[in-house]
Amino acid sequence: MQPLEAKIADPAKRSMLLTALYIAQEQYGYLTKEAIERVATRLGLPVADVYSMASFYSLYRLQPTGRYVLQVCEGLSCHLVGGADRLVDYLRKKLGIEVGETTPDGLFTLQTVQCLASCGTSPAMRVNDALYENMTAEKVDELLDTLRGYHV
Amino acid sequence: MFEKVLTRNFSLPRSESIDTYLANGGYQALQKVLREYTPEQVIEMVTASGLRGRGGAGFPAGRKWAFIPKDPQIEKYVCVNTDEGEPGTFKDRELVEKDPHQVIEGVIIASYAVGAHRAFVYIRGEFFLGVKRWIKAIDDAYAKGFLGKNILGSGFSLDLSVHRGAGAYICGEETALIESLEGKRGQPRKKPPYPASVGLWGKPTLVHNVETLANVPHIINRGAEWYASIGTPKSTGPKIFCVSGHVKNRGIFELPLGVPLREILYEYAGGMAFDKKLKAVIPGGASTPMLTPDQLDIPMAFETLEAAGTMLGTGAIIVMNEDTCMVDVARRLMRFFAHESCGHCTPCRTGTTRMLALLEDLEHGRGKAEDIERLEEIASKMRGLTFCPMGDAAANPILSSLKLFRDEYEYHVKYKRCAVAA
Ligand SMILES: Cc1cc2nc3c(=O)[nH]c(=O)nc-3n(C[C@H](O)[C@H](O)[C@H](O)COP(=O)(O)O)c2cc1C
Ligand code: FES
Repeated sequence: MQPLEAKIADPAKRSMLLTALYIAQEQYGYLTKEAIERVATRLGLPVADVYSMASFYSLYRLQPTGRYVLQVCEGLSCHLVGGADRLVDYLRKKLGIEVGETTPDGLFTLQTVQCLASCGTSPAMRVNDALYENMTAEKVDELLDTLRGYHV
Repeated sequence: MFEKVLTRNFSLPRSESIDTYLANGGYQALQKVLREYTPEQVIEMVTASGLRGRGGAGFPAGRKWAFIPKDPQIEKYVCVNTDEGEPGTFKDRELVEKDPHQVIEGVIIASYAVGAHRAFVYIRGEFFLGVKRWIKAIDDAYAKGFLGKNILGSGFSLDLSVHRGAGAYICGEETALIESLEGKRGQPRKKPPYPASVGLWGKPTLVHNVETLANVPHIINRGAEWYASIGTPKSTGPKIFCVSGHVKNRGIFELPLGVPLREILYEYAGGMAFDKKLKAVIPGGASTPMLTPDQLDIPMAFETLEAAGTMLGTGAIIVMNEDTCMVDVARRLMRFFAHESCGHCTPCRTGTTRMLALLEDLEHGRGKAEDIERLEEIASKMRGLTFCPMGDAAANPILSSLKLFRDEYEYHVKYKRCAVAA
């Protein structure tokens, strides 16, 4: 409905779109319909356009997630040293969820990601924005305990 | 022992701080450039040094700088590519986390040389610490007058800011990076025109990898001749090699270009972990064809690896031992490419998806003999047919693994399981 507006949209303003989506995601927890609409209005862009951006980039969440998003690297260098699938399997069993799912208590979401540029200190994973390297089953246990400890 | 250049400050306390950088000769190259050199002289020096891009393609940096139009009326931009996502590569993250000012000094000198007054850092969204380090370093550089208006009283001004990507490997490709900076889906543009003539917001734009820019202050400080004396005639200077996989000491090793692969693996990386036998090496990141143990004496330089049918790429060396299933390796690499194909062009999108499906079948013992041929056919057809080099990147490792380890694929078809680790 707003093709004209898109055309006249200020290029400098448009380049704020990635940042705006991060801010909205932070505020709303994930990119809800309302969040996307607000970003679109603020930057003078069509909603469909903003939605298409949010779906192109994997760090934007269009679904709610748990408090902690566990992202396990499934790259080759992680796999060669016992990470990737093995770490994912360990977490699947430990948390009782599949990749993409969230634990019933809403604490953990399990995801897989591509190479995290920690191949020299692999297996690697991320929890929200923090990077964890040289991961082992024991270190995963410790990490989960620590995170759970914040919510008892 | 090779004298470290790019990583020399890495082991210092608070190596990322501007104070550490300044106490170790930091920003002296910038002062020298602003006082003594014209932009043309800087371009000449960088050209004479032989510096080639460290982002994967190895294009001569000085030549790229010279392409940027000289007309001061034309606005120009410089972009720092910190999108590092090529599996096996972890040098740019280290450079930014451990010595960001070295890169900033390189950015300012490059901007001065090409006449840009606005520069952008594009950083991979996952690099949270990297984002923080970039922002802090840029703030400190402004506070000391190395960035902003009239830098050190020279009359030259430059603004630098950080843009965070949001999870898309393709945004490391320079035209996709520019699209993303403009706030669009990161899909590559048609080349030519190259960014040096039509880039960000349609203006001439110089895009460089982090490591490339980190070399620049050293070329100024110690001279083009010194720089060119390191490495081989066609691949000059130091290189940060990233070693991962089945070696004793994984990590980054800064060595002169042209160092034999054997030396990196056995002297620096300590040889094979658990003294297993070596099976294959990926020499330059996930998209480069593999080498076998009989090729270990190869010098790690652009021209020598190209002659051997592979590439130096990002200098990311992935080492695999005798217990590694090569079908599994191919499947894993293809998972990456299928996941990261931007969807813009059909040959890449469907090619990677179909190859992944075939590799999943083969790996899980559902594969048929025709599947191997089918795989080979898709990979060879895809090369050169896709809109951007991503298609070649995805096809290369598959074709090389089929060439070198076809027997393992056949074993999977015949016995429905791996030839190794049975
Ligand atoms: C699919 C693809 C991904 C790329 N990813 C990166 C990257 O993450 N970082 C990088 O510096 N260059 C990357 N490049 C190379 C850039 O397009 C470009 O050549 C480079 O940033 C130029 O800098 P240099 O001359 O300093 O190497 C990629 C290229 C392709 C085709
Ligand atoms: S492969 Fe996992 S961090 Fe690179």
